[in-house]
This record gives sequence, C-alpha cells and structure tokens, in this order.
Amino acid sequence: MGLTIDSLTLSRGGRTVIDGLTVALAEGGALVLRGANGAGKSTLLRAIAGLGRIDRGTVALRLDGEPADLAEHIAYAGHLDAVKPQLTLAENLTFWSQLTGGAPGAVDAALQEMGLDRIADQPASTCSAGQRRRLGLARLLLAPRALWLLDEPTVSLDAASTAALARHIAAQSARGGMVLVATHIDLALPQAQFLDLQPPTSLPGDHAEDPFLSSAFG
Amino acid sequence: MQGLSSLMVRELSLAVRAGGGAGLGLGFFLIAILLMPLGIGPDMGLLARAAPGMLWIAALLAALLSLDRLFQADYEDGTLDVLATAPLPLEAIAAVKAAAHWLTTGVPLIVAAPVLAVGLGLPTPAQIWLLAALTLGTPALSFIGAIGAALTVGLRRGGLILSLLVLPFYIPTLIFGARAVDLAARGAEPLPMILLLGALTLLSLVLGPVASAAALRINLR
Repeated sequence: MGLTIDSLTLSRGGRTVIDGLTVALAEGGALVLRGANGAGKSTLLRAIAGLGRIDRGTVALRLDGEPADLAEHIAYAGHLDAVKPQLTLAENLTFWSQLTGGAPGAVDAALQEMGLDRIADQPASTCSAGQRRRLGLARLLLAPRALWLLDEPTVSLDAASTAALARHIAAQSARGGMVLVATHIDLALPQAQFLDLQPPTSLPGDHAEDPFLSSAFG
Repeated sequence: MQGLSSLMVRELSLAVRAGGGAGLGLGFFLIAILLMPLGIGPDMGLLARAAPGMLWIAALLAALLSLDRLFQADYEDGTLDVLATAPLPLEAIAAVKAAAHWLTTGVPLIVAAPVLAVGLGLPTPAQIWLLAALTLGTPALSFIGAIGAALTVGLRRGGLILSLLVLPFYIPTLIFGARAVDLAARGAEPLPMILLLGALTLLSLVLGPVASAAALRINLR
C-alpha cells in the first residue's frame, strides 16, 4: 500500500527536526503537512524526494502491491520554480517534458490547464510571480507520477489558481496517485489526512554535550 | 537518452541567449593574447618563444571565467533540485553540462588560437600541434572545472574560491599542452606530450562527472 514512512528521523543543521515519524499514505490519498515555520515540513519533503539526508528510519513505496523505486515515481515542486527566465514558457516546459518522458502534446495541455497558453511564447522573464509559480506547477502535469511532493505550492497564487491547484490534486488522487503537500492555507481537499508537525523543542541536554557552551550557559 | 540530448540542447541555447556568457571566454582569450605584445614589446623572437605558454595560460583562465555559473545558476533557481529528482543519473547530467561548457568555451578557443598563433609568430609546423594540443587538452579544463564548480555550488562569490581550487589541477594539462607546442616549435617530437595530454583528458572525462555528482549530492543536502 502506497507510501510508508517508518520511524523517520531527520535533522537540519545538526539539530533533529523530525524524530521518529511514522505515517502511511494509501494510493489515492492526500496528506497535508501542517506546522509552524521551522517545524520540518520542507526537510521532510526534501528527504522523501531524495534531496536530504535520512538519519534513521525508512521511506518505502509500494505501487499495486509491488515495491517501487521512489526516485522514478516522484514529482517534486519546492520553493523555487526551476524556471529559466531566458527561455519562453513553452521552451521551459518542453525541456521538462522531454526529461521526464512526457507524452507529445503534454506541454500544450499543461499550459492550457494552468491558464498560461496565451503567454506561452513570451520569455519567462516577463512572468509575474504567480505566473512563474503556475509554470513551475505545470511541470507536474507533464508526465504521470505516483507521488507529488509539493512544498507551499499556493505561495503567490491567486484565488482562482489556488482552486485550480486543489482540482489538480483531487484529480491526481482520483487517478490513484498520492500527494504530500505542505501548506498553511486550507485547500479544501476531500478525504485529505492531516499531519501536524511540532517545531523541535530544545532539549535540556542539547547544550550539555558541548563543554564550551555548557560552561557559557551553565 | 532523449532527456540527456534535450538537456544538451537547452544548455547550448541558454549559453547563446542574453547573459549566457558563451562569448565571454573567447573575448577574454582574444584580449589577453592581444595584451601580451603590448606588455612584452614587439620582439618577434621573444613573442614566438613565449607563444605556447601564453596561449595555454590564457586558455586556462578563459575556461575558468564561465565555470562558476556551470551549476550555480541551476542551484539558485531550483533547477538542480528538479534535475536531481529526474529519472536520470546525476553523473550523466554533470557530464552533459561539462560537455556543453566545453562546446561553448573550449571549442571557440580552439578555433581562434591558430589565428592568434600566427600573430605571435609561432613557427608554421607548430601550429598544427597547437590545434591538436588544444583539441585534446581543453575538454579536461571543463571536466576538471566541473568538480570545482560542483564543490562551490552553494557558496556566495564561490567563483574566487573556485579559481584557487581548480587552477592547481590544471597544472598537468598546462605543462603537457604548452610543452607539446614548444617542442614542435623547436623542431622536436611533440607526440609523447600529446599522448600524455590525451591520457589526462581521458582521466578527467571519467573522474569529472562522478566527482561532480558526488559533490552536488553533498551540497543539495
């Protein structure tokens, strides 16, 4: 069944931000990560995407009962949109389509879905922040991927685009795909699970390991 | 395979568009060589003798000039994150990017060098060897440089550290490359030097992508 995260421990800058997280997500499910700034939402998404170090624990993916290689089935959309300002919108997407094995015509369809087809021939440098974000998200629609990892996808999106994004997430779930999304706003996703991450509390023992700090704060 | 060829096409088209810096290395190379006679004086004998070394040193510095943007630009706009999660080995991505750097920086130097060599009065038999040495040697500049570019990818103003990091590793290429042309200019046999130069380039072609990918993985974490 889907994505299984087992007693996962992650750290950032030498400090544990996620300690022994265990959560499972069935195929067709959506998991919304919530938590204050610094609670480890991005760290968790990057670790699942294979961009971060895993201190302990495992992340495993099973599709249709078979173990699957995580790296081949994820689409990651982080804080940055991976858009080259010198290329046109269509050129930007065409590259990602060829790289991820998108079907012919996928680029036009994705541009239309995201409402970018009218400005497809403009250089991406002329895009507004919201348009650039929509272009970054259009990447997800190019080729089917079992697991979407979205880090604050609604930043700089207007209300209509946010609703469109929620629609695409619902469509991904309907196809049997999974979505992990870190967000601060309510996307009104039906049947979404929620995971509240707590910001790491500074343990009393943290400083004691360092003789210099312990004498300074002693 | 299609993914890699489209990455190559994109690298080349980004290099020739505004701010890509494809002509930067060539421009630097031309100006640096044109400054030499002004600094050294119009002694043709001296210029001809110094020409192999001057051409090679200028080529090293020109290759270095656009190296710091090799991975940095992709790191800053998030492209590197998505490339690293794409269904392609990071080693292959690093190799394609280094090869694109050679095509946009190294190849223009190879084309321009014989013209400049004539201007500096390099003896005619040595000119074909200059061409051979640069063709065999400049790929090493891009592939060794890629390791340095990958190591410094997260650093602000990493270009300066990159120069200090990479230039020492250019020394063998410089020695064999300049020596081959120098030997040919004196009428000696340059082939052993050319072969050593080719061996160095082969080594860098193998080690460069692997080491760059390892460095990128560390920096993405």
